[in-house]
Amino acid sequence: MEELLDILKGLKPGVDFENEKNLIDDRILDSLDVMNLTVELNDEFDIEITPLDILPENFQSIEAMYALITRLQED
Amino acid sequence: MKNILEYLEKSAQQYFTKVAFTDENHEMTYGSCVECSKKIGTALLELKAKRKPIAVLMDKNVESLTGFFGVVYSGNFYVVIDCYMPKDRIEKIFETLEPIALISDYAHQELALSLHHKVYFYEDLMTTKINQVALDQVRNQMIDTDPLYALFTSGSTGVPKGAVVSHRNVINYASWYKDTFDINEETQFGSQTPFYFSMSVSDVFSTIISGATLHILPKKLFSFPIKLIEYMNEKKVNTIYWVPSALCIIANLKVLDYLALEYVNKVLFAGEVMPTKQLNYWIKKIPDAMYANLFGPTETTDICTYYIVDREFKDDEVLPIGKACNNCDVFLLDENNQEVTDHSEGELCVRGSFLALGYYNNEEKTKEAFMQNPLNQAYPEIIYRTGDLVKYNEFDELIYITRKDFQIKHMGYRIELGEIEAAVNALEKIQACAVIFDEGKDKIVLIYTGKMNDQEIMEGIKNKIPSYMYPNVIIKKKIMPYNQNGKIDRKWLKNHYED
Repeated sequence: MEELLDILKGLKPGVDFENEKNLIDDRILDSLDVMNLTVELNDEFDIEITPLDILPENFQSIEAMYALITRLQED
Repeated sequence: MKNILEYLEKSAQQYFTKVAFTDENHEMTYGSCVECSKKIGTALLELKAKRKPIAVLMDKNVESLTGFFGVVYSGNFYVVIDCYMPKDRIEKIFETLEPIALISDYAHQELALSLHHKVYFYEDLMTTKINQVALDQVRNQMIDTDPLYALFTSGSTGVPKGAVVSHRNVINYASWYKDTFDINEETQFGSQTPFYFSMSVSDVFSTIISGATLHILPKKLFSFPIKLIEYMNEKKVNTIYWVPSALCIIANLKVLDYLALEYVNKVLFAGEVMPTKQLNYWIKKIPDAMYANLFGPTETTDICTYYIVDREFKDDEVLPIGKACNNCDVFLLDENNQEVTDHSEGELCVRGSFLALGYYNNEEKTKEAFMQNPLNQAYPEIIYRTGDLVKYNEFDELIYITRKDFQIKHMGYRIELGEIEAAVNALEKIQACAVIFDEGKDKIVLIYTGKMNDQEIMEGIKNKIPSYMYPNVIIKKKIMPYNQNGKIDRKWLKNHYED
């Protein structure tokens, strides 16, 4: 979770990722952010987030992203 | 025909019940589009103004389009304002524009009322009773050189410039677009670009002159590409005209490996350089589609040259920008205002009916860019200087080199930053890159995203560009900054790359 937080802060400084629960609906992350984030997470966590996993519910909050990463690591 | 509304009305006669526009909430037929637009036009007649700017502050939806046409029905011209634009930038635009009224909707009530004293709300406008006699009187006085809209682009000094575009410009331009890309009543556009960006002019006006249908693609779907593809398949979208960064989202995430675009057979792009590697992904996935690279500024309505992809390109080859559009002439001028006739580089200049009328309320900037053709001393003839350096290749196709102001002098060499970018972009693991020049420190700075380190990049480009063009500083970023039009924000990078 710490590592993920660092990545998010590096991507978009100044966002309260610990408390923000609607990153997508509130337009904090846009389409290019999601693409960059996907590539970055694949790289850092050695996982493969496919387009099928790129859904709003997996990116709304840091917890949702963490759950996605954990699930893909277990696969 | 001399007025864009005649084309809309003709399509409405022919296809009265056909859907002209859709968004995620509504769809609108040609018939009801004309009706809603006339209501708005009638209500605006009380302003007793002609050829004056009226701003439209609405989301990108079907209703906003009737707002634009409504303004034109009233004999005035429209200016699209982005609802998410910082308020002080809107105020700066309004200082230059001095719009006589603002059209908005209840969703943006607070912002609208804080911006202008005369606000019309869409919901209220819909209760207006159409006064056809009065609308006809207005129409009889309009001519094809009257302004249709003004579109604001960023100015280098920080003051936005509003290019004023006439009916004649758009009729000529959209007719070329329609003929060249065979836009017809079967066309289902998937519209990606915002209405305050010149590329949307092509989608919207080629739609209405050919009786096609335009589907506004919800912006948020570009974050979730599978949903985007599903949406486009559901709408049977067969033609797209997108910025390269949107096409790159699909390519970089290999979305088409998972779900096919079932109907798309035309892929057009403009706005910045389309990276060949990502284009090749699209071509591999949809081999039978037509691909075309369009090029031009807002000041030539949208486009002045184009290239329909007719051969294979390797990942490190650059796509040409092709040749001039029909009824539009381009030529190259050197530093001494002499025409370049060989294969050396020159500034791209444009003449003809695509040329905007000038910048609204900005005589100084207008004179700098729209000037008497230096090759013609015999009669008044205005040309537009694009500020882009180009040259002809061995196939007599134009090749874009760089912005005139991106050409730098470094260690005595003249260097095009775009050439370094092309070399870096061709490397397999590079996602995006930008090269800027820090004049103060005399350093070439490469900023990139992708799974590579600086040594691997240098290894990859050292045989492609001469050593004096090697970047002096290489910065890996997790995210590339983009401006509101989806282009890499080089201006921001220049001031912040050291952060």
